[in-house]
Amino acid sequence: MSLPPTADVVVIGAGATGAACAYFAALAGLRVAVVERGAIAGGTSSACEGNILVSDKEAGPELALAQYSQHLWRTDLAEFGPLWEFESKGGLVVSARPGTQENLAALAERQRAAGIDVELVDGPDLLRLEPLLFPAMAGGAFYPQDAQVQPMLVVAHLLRLARGLGATVHPDTQVTGFVRSGDAVTGVQTTRGIIAAPRVVNAAGTWGGAVAALARVTVPVLPRRGFVMVTEPLPVTVHHKVYAAEYVDNVASSDAGLQTSPVVEGTDSGTILIGSSRERVGFDKTFSPRVLAEMAGKAIALFPFLSDVLALRSYFGFRPYCPDHLPVIGPDPRAPGLWHACGHEGAGIGLAAGTGALIAASLTGAQPALDLSPFVPERFEEPLHA
Amino acid sequence: MTTLACDVAIVGAGPAGLSAAVHAADAGLNVALVDAGTQPGGQYWRHPDESHPVPDEGEGHHGWREFTDLRSRLYAHETTGTLTYLRGTQVWLIEPARPAGVVLRLAPATDPAPAAGTVTARHVILCPGGYDRQLPIPGWDLPGVMAAGGVQALLKGNRTAAGRVAVVAGTGPFLLPVATGLAHAGVKVAAICEANSPTGWLRNAGGAVRAPAKALEGVEYATALARHRIPYKIRTAVTAIHGTDRVESVTLSRVDAHGTAIAGTQRTVACDVVALGWGFTPQLELVLAAGAETTVDVDGSLIAVVDDRLASTAPGVTVAGEATGVGGAPMAVLEGELAALCVSEALGVAAAPGGPASEGRIRALQRDRARLHRFAVAMHRANPVPANWQDWLTPETLVCRCEEVTHGALCDAHTELGAADARTLKSFGRPGMGWCQGRVCGFAVSEIAARFANRPTSADDLRSMAKRSLAAPVTLGQLAALDFDDVHEG
Amino acid sequence: MPELSLTFDGAPLSARPGQTVGAALTDAGVVAWRTTRNAGRPRGLFCGIGVCFDCLIMVDGVANQRACLTPARGGMELRSGRETEAPE
Repeated sequence: MSLPPTADVVVIGAGATGAACAYFAALAGLRVAVVERGAIAGGTSSACEGNILVSDKEAGPELALAQYSQHLWRTDLAEFGPLWEFESKGGLVVSARPGTQENLAALAERQRAAGIDVELVDGPDLLRLEPLLFPAMAGGAFYPQDAQVQPMLVVAHLLRLARGLGATVHPDTQVTGFVRSGDAVTGVQTTRGIIAAPRVVNAAGTWGGAVAALARVTVPVLPRRGFVMVTEPLPVTVHHKVYAAEYVDNVASSDAGLQTSPVVEGTDSGTILIGSSRERVGFDKTFSPRVLAEMAGKAIALFPFLSDVLALRSYFGFRPYCPDHLPVIGPDPRAPGLWHACGHEGAGIGLAAGTGALIAASLTGAQPALDLSPFVPERFEEPLHA
Repeated sequence: MTTLACDVAIVGAGPAGLSAAVHAADAGLNVALVDAGTQPGGQYWRHPDESHPVPDEGEGHHGWREFTDLRSRLYAHETTGTLTYLRGTQVWLIEPARPAGVVLRLAPATDPAPAAGTVTARHVILCPGGYDRQLPIPGWDLPGVMAAGGVQALLKGNRTAAGRVAVVAGTGPFLLPVATGLAHAGVKVAAICEANSPTGWLRNAGGAVRAPAKALEGVEYATALARHRIPYKIRTAVTAIHGTDRVESVTLSRVDAHGTAIAGTQRTVACDVVALGWGFTPQLELVLAAGAETTVDVDGSLIAVVDDRLASTAPGVTVAGEATGVGGAPMAVLEGELAALCVSEALGVAAAPGGPASEGRIRALQRDRARLHRFAVAMHRANPVPANWQDWLTPETLVCRCEEVTHGALCDAHTELGAADARTLKSFGRPGMGWCQGRVCGFAVSEIAARFANRPTSADDLRSMAKRSLAAPVTLGQLAALDFDDVHEG
Repeated sequence: MPELSLTFDGAPLSARPGQTVGAALTDAGVVAWRTTRNAGRPRGLFCGIGVCFDCLIMVDGVANQRACLTPARGGMELRSGRETEAPE
């Protein structure tokens, strides 16, 4: 499809965030054009687990965004849930040691105060929820709101719905620069031509920093590599998203070294997904058996039956993170006309719904449902008078 | 648990790997030969279990004496300890060693015991061979429908006939030994359906391209077809397969030069076995995992890019046999020797006392390889996958057998969701995500994606279906037991 | 050559030494021993050489073994079933 000469808004990036921005903007009546340098859902959205989680977030702005997203997935987007295999499976965080369980209980208390459904679970109840779990766990916490989707189908269907509302989607179209009028962004230059638009949304995920640089603004989005393993198809043997409480610590960590923490969950297709790893190795695409070995060992510690289960494949993606582990969402005062919606780290699928709705509200001048100030793009600028 | 360091590791003990192993050991290299099978020969020289000898071991084989010669040399090298032969072993990961060389991570092929292992080699020769290329056909998932090579494996390895009445269909000269093998085993072969025209091969084998052995085989097959009264139908394809819980009959259609079924030519033939093959698909996962460049060959297969010494673009990785381009067993044997000589020269042992005067031999092998390559190209041109094979599909036809993905579902993934390449089709529709990881449907899905996008099938389409992070399934227990201190420096 | 005695879903099955489980079943006229996860369709040997995983079978209580590669041994208990069996 040839590029439209003009649009009300250009969305850069056809991953989950870009697709959600496109859908909600089109729903708000804007003429949307989505440009994607590769294929639809070709980046991090096709290399993740499709998490929609509240359990892994400390009380604060990210949890608020997660709650808003939860609301949207379960209300505005509920009718499409089956299309992207939305499954409200619930999350079960388990502690191997009593000390960890105390920390988990304290976290759960803060989350409950913020409005999250969570109940502490003792050892015997853990086995009722997950009969194949290693029996000698100290305890856990159950989060009924945790859910999962097939992320590529989220992208595909949100874009399909957006197209139904008049949006156009242009894969294999890389943004090479911005059209400017003074400081203002007034369109994008791409490998396939120019689209004039008064609003441009940078939803380029891990590559959002590079896109921002084209507009001569800094948005410090960095890649953090994460592996996922997929097993042979099995009957449902793991009912929830089950992970070790140490994951909560790793999510918020800035340590450059390899961190792995076991995350185990069944899927509709019968396979079991096993995560997780976090490494700051840039865009290194070297396959790492060391990471898989660690993940496998820890997954077996949670579910001993996995020892004899075959891994059929493994993949990795680059999670986009900012130094303060919060996404960048909102207009950029340094480049009027440019909005950012990137840097969601390992939570981008789940947070996509809320991000898309907030961006659409901001684009149309409506009042966003959440305070965007924790997510402003200019928050990383050095203060002028330090 | 195997932990082994060697000069050269050879993956695959088919014609190429067997030849490479023997010649590398002859040249004085310390060799590790890793093969998923329990005995040498690969698919081409598959034969009954050697631990239960049968008098007619080489029945139905070509080049059997060449095989037994290579095999006895292999066993001799194994006895002297120059060569370690790891049977029933799959490589699930290939990675560079530091500071140089290659590490292979191993897993047992059938035995589920959690014994993994590691081979570290200064150089590796990948000889992964290939398997029958498949096109989805309505009903091809019914029991009794098999890959032609699978029917052949039952005969050659087990002396088992897959059924009583067979139809052998697809394209290429490999259909002939399968059909004659079945007939010899007492199976009635109701028809060989060759989608192309035999002028391309049977009648022309000794013509434009000099390949006397192949021409002789052609005459041999023609005689066998006549003796067993096997109808050889050209420009004919099995366009549908029927049955409830197993195959009961097939629809044969006359097809034009592009594979389009000609209206009014359909007829039904009863059978309980259908053997299908559309040429071969080289096993490329280790080549891709090694980071070597790949390209699309004249037959549409993804193959390794190699130079005239069979070196891939990945350091320390040489490739021989079908993975450099499907060319048949004689070419694979030749490439195995060529690879072994070039690697031994590169590793500095070719000048060893008693070693081969290799440079002259290398040049001779390169000339012969060029000749065999011209023959292979002519054969591929004569037996293309019919351009319009997708016209045979119905919306209900399974494309991915493992995940039960229909052609209709793929059409939706394109028209509704915008998938226009194989990778995106896989993301949205799950073809290639199941047990076989796209080994069976990868070619078809690539072609389907290309047709959706109205463009030729690209190397990227094929790569996205052929790239497998784990080259073989491995249990989590085996992964967890990985030892990273066991890697010798290459 | 003495025949090997196996069982398939409890019924006697014989095999020649050196045969695979898949070949022994084929000789006995059995062409399917697994049903697919979604449509419940029967499956047996397809590629015959270990590539396609269509011929998965439970051998002595271990699920998902490739019948085309697994050598028959005396006393083996083979079981048909759905694509996979639950772990104990």
